[in-house]
Amino acid sequence: MIAPRSPLPAGTVHAGLQTAAQLASVTQRYGKVTALERIDLAIGSGEVVGLLGPNGAGKTTAIHLLLGLLRPSAGTARTLGHPPWSMAARTRTGAMLQIAKVPDTLTVHEHVELTASYYPRPRPIAETLDLAGLSGVENRLSGRLSGGQKQRLMLALAICGGPDLLFLDEPTAGLDVEARRELWRLIRRLAEAGGTVLLTTHHLEEADALASRIVILDRGRVIAEGTPEQIKRRALGSQIRCTTTTDSATAAGWPGVLNVERSGSALRLSADRAEPVVRRLLALDPQLADLEVRTAGLEEALLALTARKHETAGQEVAA
Amino acid sequence: MSIASESLDQVTFAPAPPWQRTLRTFRLETRGELMKLLRMPAFALPAFAFPLMFYALFGLAFGRGQQLGPVSVAGYMLATYGAFGVIGANLFSFGVGIASERGQGWMLLKRAMPLPPIIHFLARMVVGMAFSLLILLGLFALGIFFGDVSLPLATWVKLAVWLSLGGLPFAAFGLALGYLCGPNSAPAVINLIYLPMSFAAGLWLPYEVLPGFFQTLAPWLPAYHLAQQGLGILGADTHASLPQSAAYLLTFTALSLALGVFAYRRDSKSWG
Repeated sequence: MIAPRSPLPAGTVHAGLQTAAQLASVTQRYGKVTALERIDLAIGSGEVVGLLGPNGAGKTTAIHLLLGLLRPSAGTARTLGHPPWSMAARTRTGAMLQIAKVPDTLTVHEHVELTASYYPRPRPIAETLDLAGLSGVENRLSGRLSGGQKQRLMLALAICGGPDLLFLDEPTAGLDVEARRELWRLIRRLAEAGGTVLLTTHHLEEADALASRIVILDRGRVIAEGTPEQIKRRALGSQIRCTTTTDSATAAGWPGVLNVERSGSALRLSADRAEPVVRRLLALDPQLADLEVRTAGLEEALLALTARKHETAGQEVAA
Repeated sequence: MSIASESLDQVTFAPAPPWQRTLRTFRLETRGELMKLLRMPAFALPAFAFPLMFYALFGLAFGRGQQLGPVSVAGYMLATYGAFGVIGANLFSFGVGIASERGQGWMLLKRAMPLPPIIHFLARMVVGMAFSLLILLGLFALGIFFGDVSLPLATWVKLAVWLSLGGLPFAAFGLALGYLCGPNSAPAVINLIYLPMSFAAGLWLPYEVLPGFFQTLAPWLPAYHLAQQGLGILGADTHASLPQSAAYLLTFTALSLALGVFAYRRDSKSWG
């Protein structure tokens, strides 16, 4: 347990939202490897959910399940109220996949025109090109596009069908800072227009910039969930450990305390700031011992995750 | 253009009737596949040039003025190199084409889109047949202008129709290979099947002059049956009846499709 769960159980959509996509108690195995273990995840209509985690955490697996590219080993996956592999779901979803590369031999316009023709109520092509920031290069062969433009073409293909739900699997992987910012701007614009988005990333910064809710996955399990503010607060907070007689219920009531866990005589707390909590602990129990304060528990964890990700960038296979 | 109003616009747009939409998708999908061929000549040119080059060397230069039973060598080899060209066009466009697009994750993304896979495969098939016809026209032109081959128009048409339709079993086989092979191994695997099979089936050298071992093996190869019936259309000596060859090719198609469906279903993960 790296971080405490939010008050809302994972898989619960905020009140008043309709569920757009849901994994209910889903387990996914590849042979002996368990990619997801009894995971609950729900995306409410109009939400932008950021799925954050390292390589092999199960982010791509979750997206592939919701796109009907995989059938869950156990549990159920529903997309817009339908089985994800059904036409009813697919005509209303769009996706950017991590390693998809479009054939080089069609122009931007031809690609968008073709893909849009698969959908019953596509977005007008000019609007798609505008939303994806591709106006002006529509007659260029996709093989001649820059890295950022290629990624924006993938975004165009994802949105050209006028989907109600958008899946973006590491949309900015491999892009330079400028191209990444541009893509963020476009995604934010789509989100502001009321789109529902599930995006995966290994950058806390990216999830923070785009998501209204962040779910952190690690080794196939949800380890934390909350608004970017809650996650950041937790990420920037401190972990306190000590041997004390102070009771966990008392400490849980103090301002700034996010979570309390007791194991034997040891008490573990996470807090916004360590100092006021340590002051209270010492005041309450003069016998307090083995005091240990670590800052940035989750941030540390996220940095570690991010670092691992960087080393192996580009090697992730349907993980 | 206002983004905020787009959801309203979408409600008021009346969608085209499903069959009209399907036709349009099919037309655009076929155009897309055709553009891959036309705009990437590095892929299409060898498939076009090799049968013509082989025919020019073996059928025209080497077999100049010679007869093989009732027909000239130049005429005979139009059927065998025609079969060779058509088989190559279909095996490569389906096998290598699909394997490499799977390798890029494109086929996976396409799967997530609301496109019935049959439309994509039909589009590939139509383009494969058009490409086959182009190869055949090239061969026929060589035969007419440099090999003194003269046949009634109906015979030319029959030969072209038989060979280009006869490419379909190999399209099905290519589809299976495209889903069974990895993106890097597909060209090697397909060449290892295509080239020896072409030799053993009597596509390079006439069946009559093949070593005994290959004469025994040939009737088991689908390429042999495609070529033999082509030879029948030309009036050359054949070694298999039309019903035999048709039954063989249909069985080969069914087995290839079954293998293709199995491999397609198995292919749920991406390559990277």
